[in-house]
Amino acid sequence: MGLLDEMNQKATAQGIPLSAHLDITWRCNERCVHCYLDHDGKDEMSTDEIKDALRQLADCGTFFLVISGGEPLLRRDCFEILEYARELRFNVKLKTNAVMIGAKEAARLKLLGIEQVQISIYSDRPEIHDAITKLPRSLRRSLEAIRHLTANGVKVSISNVLMKQNAASGKAVQQLAKEMGCEFGIDPIVTPMLNGDWSITNLGISRQELEEVFRTEEFVGHVGEFCAPISTVDDDVLDGYSCSAGHTLAYISPTGDVFPCVQFPMPCGSLREKSFREIWYRSEALTELRSVHVRDLPTCSHCGHAAYCSRCPGLAYMEGNMRGPSSFDCAKSEARTGIPSAWQLSPGYATSKFVQIRLV
Amino acid sequence: MLTSKTYLAKSNDIAARTLGDETIIMSTIDSTIFMLNPTGTVIWDAADGNTPLSRIIEEKVCAEFDVRVEQAAEDAQQFVDELAAHGILVVSEEPISPQ
Repeated sequence: MGLLDEMNQKATAQGIPLSAHLDITWRCNERCVHCYLDHDGKDEMSTDEIKDALRQLADCGTFFLVISGGEPLLRRDCFEILEYARELRFNVKLKTNAVMIGAKEAARLKLLGIEQVQISIYSDRPEIHDAITKLPRSLRRSLEAIRHLTANGVKVSISNVLMKQNAASGKAVQQLAKEMGCEFGIDPIVTPMLNGDWSITNLGISRQELEEVFRTEEFVGHVGEFCAPISTVDDDVLDGYSCSAGHTLAYISPTGDVFPCVQFPMPCGSLREKSFREIWYRSEALTELRSVHVRDLPTCSHCGHAAYCSRCPGLAYMEGNMRGPSSFDCAKSEARTGIPSAWQLSPGYATSKFVQIRLV
Repeated sequence: MLTSKTYLAKSNDIAARTLGDETIIMSTIDSTIFMLNPTGTVIWDAADGNTPLSRIIEEKVCAEFDVRVEQAAEDAQQFVDELAAHGILVVSEEPISPQ
């Protein structure tokens, strides 16, 4: 077992929020067609409130910190926040569209010891990328920023969310990342907005395109291995959890609201009313979430995909029941192996309707 | 070679967190990860740039763990050498000012 796995296991056993994702703003200078956020800038935490949140996270044992948005660099105190986070010795990753990063900013990020800058690139063709971000010349600006970052020795990861508009762009962006010395990741799913609006999921790629992604060696490694169904659902699987959300991962919104994950809009408490420690260890919502093992999932515990399914409890929650299946992940498991999930085979599947919820 | 005038300070090029009695450290230069055991964590916590290592060993390590000074010094040498080689610890024969 590697050190990271060992650390994660210990954090899970001890209930330590080893990782945190902090959105410092939801405002953004791009308007990506598939974005799951609205761009409300109301009631954002002040610099002092954010610093206090960071101190509290450090006190609770958080080591991995993602600072994101919206576009985090739209906040004038973004570098002050990053600097403070590094003073507290977090391992910091910055998620940004990078259009505001020039040579000076890149050098500063290097000096701060930011672990990685993650940037979304949707295509190597400006007419496609810029049509998705709705910001003219955004591809050119993001790529220029990446050059500044890599020239300064900052590690960059390029991620590409696939949707109808750029379904065929995966390999070209991967090649671009390789040429620029960046890591690359691909996400074939467009998720619903946190405010309960599902309309953007219509932008998602088709079932056939999803299958193609899962059968592309450049994306998944050994295709036969990746797509092989694993049927062993043993006690280790059933005693496990779907993911780290709420176990070792916390999300904090720009207004100081705490959630299990950025994709899991189950309110757990506000830092403006309670300490992070109190929310993390005493929130009823988190306590309930932590009580749910795979064996407690009425449908998924009987599913042959359970051993490797990437079931997202946050997406399941947005579909109406965090113990239920996530239709996105059922689709992924089916596209990956060719075998329908237990839910897809259930009598209610064809007539099921998504329950829409709103953030309180 | 560690002497009675060896001073240690944490590098700025790291991320670190103490979880219980262990410490996780990651180099921001090469992303190497280290997990310090309780003894390493005691030395790490005390590495403030101003306290000589000999005092850390006598007053912290030997006070908390059932170990002779000579043995602790030998283990500390190995520990310091390894972390210094990765740029995790700064080692000096004089007190180290905050970077």
